[in-house]
Amino acid sequence: MNAITTERLTKRFGAFTAVDNLSFEVKRGEIFGFLGANGAGKTTAIRVLCGLSKPTSGRAEVAGFDVATHPERVKRHIGYMSQRFSLYEDLTVRENIRLYAGIYGIPTAEIRTKSDALLRRLEFGDWRDRLVRVLPQGWRQKLAFSVAIFHEPAVVFLDEPTGGVDPLTRRQFWELIYQAADRGITIFVTTHYMDEAEYCNRVSIMVDGRIEALDSPRRLKEQRGAATMDEVFRQLARGARRT
Amino acid sequence: MTAAIEIDALAKHFGATGALNGVTVNVERGEIFGLIGPDGSGKSTLFRLLVTLLLPDGGRATVEGLDIVKDFLKIRARVGYMPGRFSLYPDLTVEENLHLFATLFGVRVEDNRPLIQRVYSHIEPFRRRRASALSGGMKQKLALSCALIHRPSVLFLDEPTTGIDPVSRAELWETLADLKRQGVTVMVSTPYMDEARLCDRVALMQSGRFLDVASPPEIVARHGTTTWAARAERMSKLLTDLRAHPTVETCYAFGDRHHVTPRPGASPLLLRAAMETLGHRQVEISEILPGIEDCFIRIAGQPPREP
Repeated sequence: MNAITTERLTKRFGAFTAVDNLSFEVKRGEIFGFLGANGAGKTTAIRVLCGLSKPTSGRAEVAGFDVATHPERVKRHIGYMSQRFSLYEDLTVRENIRLYAGIYGIPTAEIRTKSDALLRRLEFGDWRDRLVRVLPQGWRQKLAFSVAIFHEPAVVFLDEPTGGVDPLTRRQFWELIYQAADRGITIFVTTHYMDEAEYCNRVSIMVDGRIEALDSPRRLKEQRGAATMDEVFRQLARGARRT
Repeated sequence: MTAAIEIDALAKHFGATGALNGVTVNVERGEIFGLIGPDGSGKSTLFRLLVTLLLPDGGRATVEGLDIVKDFLKIRARVGYMPGRFSLYPDLTVEENLHLFATLFGVRVEDNRPLIQRVYSHIEPFRRRRASALSGGMKQKLALSCALIHRPSVLFLDEPTTGIDPVSRAELWETLADLKRQGVTVMVSTPYMDEARLCDRVALMQSGRFLDVASPPEIVARHGTTTWAARAERMSKLLTDLRAHPTVETCYAFGDRHHVTPRPGASPLLLRAAMETLGHRQVEISEILPGIEDCFIRIAGQPPREP
């Protein structure tokens, strides 16, 4: 079964077509890179896939549920994390976990045992009762991801999760992504770091609302005679009207 | 002639992150000087001190020979500053924002048009659109146009390419090269290590300190060690297996290859054989020249060098 299926998915705002006829599939446990220039329509597409915005036409199924007819079911079975906002800075590490787990309806006893195990695995030690505001950036990022998949969602959406993060933390972050994918969680991730595009099983590149290319990084490079994903991206996005 | 920016043991203390713990450097006129480091390493604090929005607790600094404490008004007229967060007026149009900034600095848009032409031409078709309705890339281009409109002699850009797609990033760096040719001094911060090589010199920053200051080739010459690039069919498992091998000191994913720092006396041929024994197929391991990112990962894990 696919984790995500879209058929001619389209979202218009008045005369403006933000998302134009997207048809693609993401397999279970796949790491799928959703790339595109600023303004290409990625954020709008993600909002539709998360059940936050209704498609104008076409359809999309996420975790087995139609996003237009069952948006609440979709929301229960996905996780979401963005670089801009993910954790409450005025709550402690443990309070953040409890809040998110509670929202997803996980029983209190289970929250306690699972969060203890998580904090041990992340080696949070004495930091568990500190405010998130004082956490080093790298730890915050790892915690945000762990919270987003705490309820074991079928799919997790990561919107530029590593923006502004140091190289070492970026790599540790991707190792968490690999581990989650190995457990069967499907990863749908956007990034402007083209080296991170290489870590994905497949990537799509959106230009002006459409998917212009979709394949494994290796095949995309071969098809276009490019040495790097950066080159592939530039070839495709140079011609964009919306930047 | 004095340097464009002189910084001497400059310090600012507050909170847990973002403090500056005494940094020293001179930036020459017409130089593109990069601040490379993660969030919270003190880059934004250094910018805000130099553009006179914060007062230092220790040390001193001058911009174009003017003291950042005593001569703050004069400095403000001579520098351009693009903060990390979008700080234009969202309810004004593209054109209105540009004219507002020109008026505040007592210049006319037409007079300085050539300076901003390259970057402004991309957003001019949207000149009647409100700033709030621009995409991330267009917002950055407008912010840069506004920071340049009074023809500053020193330009401060705080992470102008964060969250910006690779095409817009390349365009921005072409603009900076243009400005350099016109004699503008540029101090720019970025979390993208590949952008470091586009700077004349860079300061690698962490925890409010400069880990090192040098040209990108010098950084690599000083901190680079033997580096191998490895690949195989199953990259995730390869990472784990390489790390567990006794001849490997460190191993990190780098795009479509893993970068290995071997221990002294290790051999790529033997390592390849070891990986094949573990069941890996199509194993390739070859020596490569380390890059800035390899160096940053290496020295970021070590205690900082005192300046």
